Amino acid sequence: MVTYAGEAVASPTPRRHGRPTLIFIGLVVTLLASILVSLCAGRFSVPVDRALAILWQGLLHPGATPTTIDERIVLLVRAPRVLLAAMAGAGLAVAGTGLQGVFRNPLVSPDILGISQGAAFGGALAIILGIWGLPLIGMVFLLGLAALVGVGFLSRINGRTETVTVILAGLVVGSMFTALVSLLQFIADPNSSLPAIVFWLMGSFSTATWERVLIATPGLLLGTALLWGLRFRLNLLALEETEARSLGVRTEPERWLVFLVVAVIVGSQVAVSGIIGWIGIVIPHAARLLVGHDHRTLLPAAVVLGAAFMVIIDTLARSATSAEIPLGVITALVGAPVFALLLRRYYRERKEQ
Amino acid sequence: MIGLNGATVRFGSRVVLETLSFSVPVGRSLAILGPNGRGKTTALCAMLGFQRLDAGSRLAPPIVGYVPQTGSSNQRLKAVDVAVMGCAARLGLFGQPGPADIDAARAALQRAGALRFADAFFDRLSGGERQLVLLARALATGSPALVLDEPGAALDLANQQRLLALLDELRRAQDKAIVFTTHDPNHALAAADDALLLMPDGPALCGPVTEVVTPPHLERLYSVPMRLVELQGMSGTPHRAVLPAFAGARAA
Repeated sequence: MVTYAGEAVASPTPRRHGRPTLIFIGLVVTLLASILVSLCAGRFSVPVDRALAILWQGLLHPGATPTTIDERIVLLVRAPRVLLAAMAGAGLAVAGTGLQGVFRNPLVSPDILGISQGAAFGGALAIILGIWGLPLIGMVFLLGLAALVGVGFLSRINGRTETVTVILAGLVVGSMFTALVSLLQFIADPNSSLPAIVFWLMGSFSTATWERVLIATPGLLLGTALLWGLRFRLNLLALEETEARSLGVRTEPERWLVFLVVAVIVGSQVAVSGIIGWIGIVIPHAARLLVGHDHRTLLPAAVVLGAAFMVIIDTLARSATSAEIPLGVITALVGAPVFALLLRRYYRERKEQ
Repeated sequence: MIGLNGATVRFGSRVVLETLSFSVPVGRSLAILGPNGRGKTTALCAMLGFQRLDAGSRLAPPIVGYVPQTGSSNQRLKAVDVAVMGCAARLGLFGQPGPADIDAARAALQRAGALRFADAFFDRLSGGERQLVLLARALATGSPALVLDEPGAALDLANQQRLLALLDELRRAQDKAIVFTTHDPNHALAAADDALLLMPDGPALCGPVTEVVTPPHLERLYSVPMRLVELQGMSGTPHRAVLPAFAGARAA
């Protein structure tokens, strides 16, 4: 019937995203270097070789009590702080990556969607009620999830979720939980629970201890591992609803699974280091620029980049001036301009389509 | 086998589909024709299970190879990574595509004539190339049913030709039940065995293309005068084509 189907369309030459292996080596080296610098730098600076020797001894004899001042600083103060910062940065970065995929929207992140604020309210409420330990973590992540559910319901109109409504709903829910936290602080006992709440909520790693590392590790590891397991599924969840469903994806329950995982990650992070903004949106974009959009390479890149970025920011925060600069100041100074650029680019691209 | 059985769909008080029944066995190809707003897309969504039926039932395998008009392109993925998504149903929630799945995706790209740009980024491809990749993804599902939403509707004539030739090849292989919607009767002549005409007045017409896609039916369907013409292709093969007489007929 048709015999002259011509091969008329020239294929474009594939644009390569650099060599992924090289990029990953570069990222890991950056992470290790930032960790080393963070262990050494600060008001009490420790030489690199001494820091490495102390670390080595600490690894060989984990039970031994550090005696000298530099051993105490490296092993009891800086090591848990660096580890916590790295894990929190990695967790926020993968959580942001997962959310952006599932929402099919590059402008969402845990703090923009109000999850962090909800989690913070959960924690503050637990402290007021005198709840500590594991139940506190449970409340943190339950209310983080509640915030996300609220945003989901508010922004879903006739089964469709628009970018603007998601961001506005996140703003509404986030502000409400922020107000509720202020209310709790207002009614809290100024001698006991108020300082506890303020201390707990401070977006900072200055309170890092090995105990806090232990509190945060299970949720952060489990959440990150689950998202890593879902890496191919995230590619599918980022498709249009009908396309994903036709390929056998049960979109609704699978989205909720990702939300649950994100709430676990963010809850664990907020429980030990308070609300830290912007990481969840800036890092996934930087990672995408480096390795592309495939979640199978994007997630690991976001983990390493998020960890390195957080460690660097935290090191700057505590060593740039004699007093400690709040983390949120630095992340916002970096994050807000990046977000503004993304917002402009997103709508320009949408107009062109 | 894919189809609908007595399917009725209402949007409020408006009846979009009324007790519509048809079925396409493996080895046949059906074109659904109709003017805009007569329920082509609704029928398609009903077959795929995306549209709730007010009455009747649908007939479809668990996974249907679905080719949308334009795929989501906000994620920058390689064409082969798009095609490999066809394997998703086999892989499950935590599964990862292995070498065998990637080979299957490449084979599907080959069959769709899209292997040349397997490693190009999907969002950088032209509309015609994207549709070939989406077709490859549908083939990679391994489903015995293939459903296409207005294939070629947004393509220029050369790309329509490529896509229709490909659909005709798939039809002749007789290993799939193929359904596609279109507003151009020539697409039905080019790549379908049967046609379903969603008439604006009265029940739908269904039958072999040669009996159903005729000027009297088409004039009722679109309210445009139509002529069936025989053409000789460049290689001398005869073609049948439908010619709508828009304002140009009066001018002649």
